[in-house]
Amino acid sequence: MKPSRLPLIVTWAVIAFFYVPIVILVANSFNSSRFGGSWESTSLKWYVRLMNEPSIWHALTNTLAIATAATLISMVLGTSAAFALHRFAGSKLQKLHYSIIYTPLVLPEILMGLSMLLFFVALKVQLGLATIAVAHVTFCLSYVAMTVLARLQDFDFAIIEAAQDLGAGWWTTVWKVLLPMLAPGILAGGLLAFTLSIDDFVISFFVAGPGSTTLPIKIYSMIKYGAPPLINALSTILLAITFLCVIASQYLSNRGRPAA
Amino acid sequence: MKAERRRKLSEWLVTLPSFLWLLLLFLVPTALVFAIMFKPATPYGGIGEGWTLATLRTLGNPNYPAIVARTLWLSVAATALCILLATPMGYYMARVSPARRRLVLLLVILPFWTSFLVRIFAWKVLLHPEGMLKHGLVLLGLIAPETSLLYNAYAVLLVMVYTELPFAILPIYAASEKFDFRLIEAAKDLGATSFLAFRKIFLPGIRVGLLTAFLMVFIPSLGSYVIPDIVGGPTSEMIGNKIAQRTFVDRNLPHAAGLSALLTVAVLIPMVAITALRRKESPKDALREEGV
Repeated sequence: MKPSRLPLIVTWAVIAFFYVPIVILVANSFNSSRFGGSWESTSLKWYVRLMNEPSIWHALTNTLAIATAATLISMVLGTSAAFALHRFAGSKLQKLHYSIIYTPLVLPEILMGLSMLLFFVALKVQLGLATIAVAHVTFCLSYVAMTVLARLQDFDFAIIEAAQDLGAGWWTTVWKVLLPMLAPGILAGGLLAFTLSIDDFVISFFVAGPGSTTLPIKIYSMIKYGAPPLINALSTILLAITFLCVIASQYLSNRGRPAA
Repeated sequence: MKAERRRKLSEWLVTLPSFLWLLLLFLVPTALVFAIMFKPATPYGGIGEGWTLATLRTLGNPNYPAIVARTLWLSVAATALCILLATPMGYYMARVSPARRRLVLLLVILPFWTSFLVRIFAWKVLLHPEGMLKHGLVLLGLIAPETSLLYNAYAVLLVMVYTELPFAILPIYAASEKFDFRLIEAAKDLGATSFLAFRKIFLPGIRVGLLTAFLMVFIPSLGSYVIPDIVGGPTSEMIGNKIAQRTFVDRNLPHAAGLSALLTVAVLIPMVAITALRRKESPKDALREEGV
């Protein structure tokens, strides 16, 4: 019997569905017409306008500062969490540990956003860049932990024992053996955390204060209150950056693994 | 004895940083939501002293059942459509050559990594009254010029499927990849049609992947807020929109907490049910699947 062609058709139709809006958006960023209903002329005028918008640059600076801080902290916390989950798998503590790491991954963002806002309000903490960064660490931690944990699955702990047999102390083992071997996984997790932090809108919006506008918050207000062609141009730049990041992280997380 | 204690100590040492962080910034705030819904609101948007049932009473607002019903049907429809599209994709990806599979996987992951707001905005541009799609459909005579493609529940559903689909494809693909396709051949040799073999052998075989996909799409869908906010209108609001309105427009935090508590309970029911079901199915696989 001939195999059905349906799966093939569905797959490529879905991929077309994924990319058509993106391609049109990118194309429109070079169109001088406002809504792209018709093609007026090819121009870079929206990009020029974008460059002259200081509030975007300010928002970008905030976003990068938050993402850097959140990534570094969540890399440390996530790596130690993954190590604990893997090394002591099966213990009661780790089962509990696993559920509180896993739950934030599936919970709707709006719940985390509001609950953290209430937490900061109850403690009378001033909302701003720091509260956004703390909120970002909270969800990035889980993603880093999961990425490193996946990497630990193929880790051979005999190497650690070998290092200790050869006289390496605890500190030397961690710094010279464990971390270098886990580095690609930790970096891939960090990259994921960085991208998620840069992209986060919902949670940031809830815990942002005056003057702590991030890029997604800025984009949101541009979408809500006008300036569509400027967002086309900004989106195109963001798309180009993320595409590069994804390719880099694919490279990192596949390196040293047998070809799948 | 001493080794055992040292092991316990080092376990606590590596567990504590992440555990404490999440305890303080995830569990405590979630518990706080349930406490603050019983607090009075102050006129300045803060949280008052004492305890009250005022929020609980306002949750009886006659608009809410309609919004809850809409949130449910949109989430169910989005989940069903995602699984319907993702299952043949998982099947296809598991059967093609590794090079082709890597390409499809990369093409699926790329939009999932791109800015969430940008992807929603792309649809707003596409569906816009002055946008390309509308012009095309009117030219073809498929819709009347006054039809609005934007600001209705179908636009919300479309964009929900668009943004959630990768979360269905990845777990279904992961399960399909482990599926032994010789079973399908065996079924066909025994006289089953392709469709019967697909339904009776393949679908039960990737059950764990289907359950994960359900969880990964349905739960975030229940909490949708940005999508109905951008491409929806007043007649397509979901619970998430109400939480945001109570927080940012009326600045009534106890009321927002009440709605959030409702949403948390709505989310926990399918989550606990599915996790239990999956544990029962295959305790070892469940852990690995979650790591995807």
